[in-house]
Amino acid sequence: MSMDRREFLKIAGFSTIGIGVGWILSRPGEFLEASQFLQTKELLKAKQWAMVVDMRRFKTEEDYRKVIDACHKIHNVPDFGNPKDEIKWIWADTFEHAFPGQENEFMPESMKHKPFILLCNHCENPPCVRVCPTKATFKRKDGITMQDLHRCIGCRYCMAACPFGARSFNYRDPRPAIKEPNPEYPTRMIGVVEKCTFCEERLAKGQIPACVEASNGALTFGDIADPNSEVRRLLNTNYTIRRKAELGTRPVVYYILDIPTSVVSGGESNA
Amino acid sequence: MLEKALVGGKRYWTWVFFLLAVVGIGFITYLQQFKLGLGITGLSRDVSWGLYIGQFTFLVGVAASAVMLVIPYYLHDFKKFGKIVILGEFLAVSAVTMCILFIFVDMGQPMRIMNVVLHPTPNSIMFWDSVVLGGYLTLNIIIGWATLHADKKGTKPASWVKPLIYLSIPWAVSIHTVTAFLYAGLPGRHFWLSAIMAARFLASAFAGGPALLIILALIVRKFTKFDPGREPIQAIGKIVTYAMIANVFFLLLEVFTAVYSSIPGHTHPFKYLYLGLEGHAKLVPLMWTSSILAIVSLVLLIFPSIRRNESMLALACIALFVSLWIDKGFGLIIGGFVPNMFEKVTEYWPTLPETIITISVWAVGFLVLTILYKVAVSVREETAGIELEH
Repeated sequence: MSMDRREFLKIAGFSTIGIGVGWILSRPGEFLEASQFLQTKELLKAKQWAMVVDMRRFKTEEDYRKVIDACHKIHNVPDFGNPKDEIKWIWADTFEHAFPGQENEFMPESMKHKPFILLCNHCENPPCVRVCPTKATFKRKDGITMQDLHRCIGCRYCMAACPFGARSFNYRDPRPAIKEPNPEYPTRMIGVVEKCTFCEERLAKGQIPACVEASNGALTFGDIADPNSEVRRLLNTNYTIRRKAELGTRPVVYYILDIPTSVVSGGESNA
Repeated sequence: MLEKALVGGKRYWTWVFFLLAVVGIGFITYLQQFKLGLGITGLSRDVSWGLYIGQFTFLVGVAASAVMLVIPYYLHDFKKFGKIVILGEFLAVSAVTMCILFIFVDMGQPMRIMNVVLHPTPNSIMFWDSVVLGGYLTLNIIIGWATLHADKKGTKPASWVKPLIYLSIPWAVSIHTVTAFLYAGLPGRHFWLSAIMAARFLASAFAGGPALLIILALIVRKFTKFDPGREPIQAIGKIVTYAMIANVFFLLLEVFTAVYSSIPGHTHPFKYLYLGLEGHAKLVPLMWTSSILAIVSLVLLIFPSIRRNESMLALACIALFVSLWIDKGFGLIIGGFVPNMFEKVTEYWPTLPETIITISVWAVGFLVLTILYKVAVSVREETAGIELEH
């Protein structure tokens, strides 16, 4: 049987498509929920992890430093000493910058200049996950927005999409900028995006996030889907706000504001 | 046919080697970036896309513009575009090549670029952008090559080319629409969060791309024996005029919405770009240069008596091209990041290595363009005088 060139190309073309489809179908692992890969016995489980930041409990500089250092030290977050290459997982900024559009010129001075603890909001509807072209950013079943550092191509689309500035990019090799490397946690390479992961590596060992542990009760972590959880109790008994809730990303980090006691007591005496 | 690119005069080879030298310098600089990371650029935590992505965005428009020749020629049987349509198709090939290179040099982990294909992610606009760009590149290479081959033999292109040509029309619209969607759907980026973004992209594309084509056609006429003809150039001039009017109008619509609504998030990027914000005004002179050039080009284009003068038309096209390059290749991207999501101003300016890499990617584009045009022009010179029927 002879085969002319046209016939050959036809068969070759179809076989290539066939191999491609077969190859995709042969990789069901790709479609597994990513949260399945760290299934330990001690793993803390939740339907939707959330955090409540009680700003009333942040008083001294030490209160902030403890929380931020706890995270940055164990996660080998580099310090380049300049804002251009800066990497941060958890940090502090003023009300005006944390809640743009909600500030007003007559708000209590104490609040205006009070730094708010900021971190990834682990949004229920995260734009960063939506835009990532390689699924390097993905949502776990328990609500944690994760970053696969080995799959990230460094396109930084997630940084453009995140309305909270929660993502950092390794513009330079981070390793020389880590003061005391923690051998328990991987360091990163140039060209990838990184972020807070609610300490998923600690949750796997049955521990709560490092910042929460170091916060002396100022940060509370728990399952927001569980009506009996501590986070739900705090949300029930306090007025809380979230960052840029109007964007519809449904952030799960809630803030209890620090209303100056003089204002509260003044209100009572007038009653 | 490619062998025609290997035969040329002294001027041709000087130009080719000049471009190769620029590419070489850029490649060495890129190796530096590859080793040290994107830290050698002016990009930061707050402004995470800059000159590279701006060039990509602008050049997608140049690529899409070929359709402004394809539609009249193939859909409306406007015969006068017969000789020039190939220049549009090859310009598209060169522009898409640059687009892909600009994406590549912007990546933090370029070795992982295949992850986009290995882990196809339909919810990411970037995935679709890679699909439409790859498809458009393939379409234009096949169509351009097939029609040129037919020209050489003095016959009609094969019948299978026609459906591809018709497919290339919506495809060209899609590459620019999808690229606009990269920006238009992001929460918290007020400057980009606008439904008119895709329309603006198309208007600017249909002005900027054909303007470049007019300049190229005039260059081809000056340096070769191939004359694309006066009438097609004038016809493209009209296309450029209408598209630019639409483009400026769309921009004014954006300004109105932002300024009249007075919503701070929407007005701040405009203030930063055109007036300066909180003492930061790095882009102000650039943006006003763009505006003034846009007005100059419109004045030269709108009056038919001026437009008919080819040197004035060329001048208008240069002014227009530079204006759009600033507006879309720079301002549009930076304006989306400044002020940042905390309403803080972090400015951006490209560094020297970043600029060298950018110029050398353009040099790659011009090299591809030169080689393709050399082939097209050589074929044209051989078949001079023969009216072509497609």
